[in-house]
Amino acid sequence: MIRVEVARKTFGSTEVLRDIGFSLGRSECIAILGASGIGKSTLLRLITGIDRDFEGKITTPPRMGMVFQEPTLLPWRSVLQNLTLLHPGLCDAAALAALDRVGLADKARAFPRQLSLGQQRRLALARAFAGKPELLVLDEPFVSLDADTAEDMLALTEALIAETRPATILVTHSEAEAKRLAGRILRLVGRPATLACAPQPVPDRSKPGRHKGVA
Amino acid sequence: MGCSLPPNKAQTPAAVVRALSLGLLLLVWVGAAILTADASVLPAPWALAEPFGREMASGALPFHLGMTLWRVVWAFALAMSIGMALGLAMGRYPGLDRWLDPWLVVFLNLPALVLIVLCYLWIGLNETAAITAVVLNKIPNVTTLLREGARALSPDLAAMARVYRMGRLARLRHVVLPQLAPFITGAARSGIAVIWKIVLVVEFLGRSNGIGFQIHLYFQLYNVGMVLVYALSFIVVMLVVEWLLLQPAEARVRRWRLA
Repeated sequence: MIRVEVARKTFGSTEVLRDIGFSLGRSECIAILGASGIGKSTLLRLITGIDRDFEGKITTPPRMGMVFQEPTLLPWRSVLQNLTLLHPGLCDAAALAALDRVGLADKARAFPRQLSLGQQRRLALARAFAGKPELLVLDEPFVSLDADTAEDMLALTEALIAETRPATILVTHSEAEAKRLAGRILRLVGRPATLACAPQPVPDRSKPGRHKGVA
Repeated sequence: MGCSLPPNKAQTPAAVVRALSLGLLLLVWVGAAILTADASVLPAPWALAEPFGREMASGALPFHLGMTLWRVVWAFALAMSIGMALGLAMGRYPGLDRWLDPWLVVFLNLPALVLIVLCYLWIGLNETAAITAVVLNKIPNVTTLLREGARALSPDLAAMARVYRMGRLARLRHVVLPQLAPFITGAARSGIAVIWKIVLVVEFLGRSNGIGFQIHLYFQLYNVGMVLVYALSFIVVMLVVEWLLLQPAEARVRRWRLA
């Protein structure tokens, strides 16, 4: 069970977030939508514990995985070590299997700089899932990708979520991405940012054509 | 001397360039010695072979070389570890930086000679004073360099390490130190060069062994040949350290950049 209750978050005298509360069941996927600069990333930093300076209470499981806007790899360690160093419980065979799942098995000994940007992103994805996370946090993971690569990444993410079934929080400004991955959408609006209204369930996503034009 | 330079300099192997460049320096020396035409002012390189052999045979050269090397190793290890810890702390904590920065400026601008003399006066003419003086001279440089490195640490990687719950030690080894590596090798490189020069001054002023002491002795005897024998022996040792230890270590640390 994941509970997020943020009463107030300020940077100096600027209030950024106010009265944000939601909870997340096991294997539930929610999306947080909002314009850029509204405070989505700030909220994620609170949820993941990167930033602990706020008023409120957040309960998260111990095993977390996160995909950042940039790949954020350790460029001085091999592709394989980028998994095993962060997940000490992961043996080499399991790490290789995780690499194989994202199509990077033959790159295990390479350094991240030798990979293409798309491959680096897939490695970041493998890293997030390798620890069998109970909570997965995606911070605009498909931003700045060309359309084809973004589609590949989205499909791969979808498949991995279906296999591992973590509770997932996706932050994005793309309505389409949110609808495709998430069962529930929260909107951040205003300044200081707060949740727009009661979360609405998303209609059946087997008929994507119905949602065109929603924006 | 029939050394024709290869036509394409860009493709000359580094080792060849290194040898040629040192050979050229030797040539300048020979030329200067011939022009001086006075072995008591500047002996030719080959005139040093005999005194070098004599000092080696008597065991004096290895002994004094060993003493100096021992002091360099101690001073280097202490200055690097204290300077790194201090620089890292000052780079990470701006409050501490505000307090310690004026001290750093004072020590950076304190002449080596003043520190050495004061250490000898306050601590006494002993090994502790000698090494303390060298360490105090070097710490500010290491600290300044490492502080820059610590300020440049990536906040993104720190966030990543936090989300994935990396342990303190793993974070230091796999996240922080690799980012600091260029600053550490820079400090080590300039450190080793500065330290051995200061060690010689320290020995010159207040020790009864080491290369600096021998140079002091032969300076008083006006024996240029022996001064050169001792100085050059140590330069050779430091070049070997540079080529066999420092450069390979740096290449290993930089491997991921070149891959």
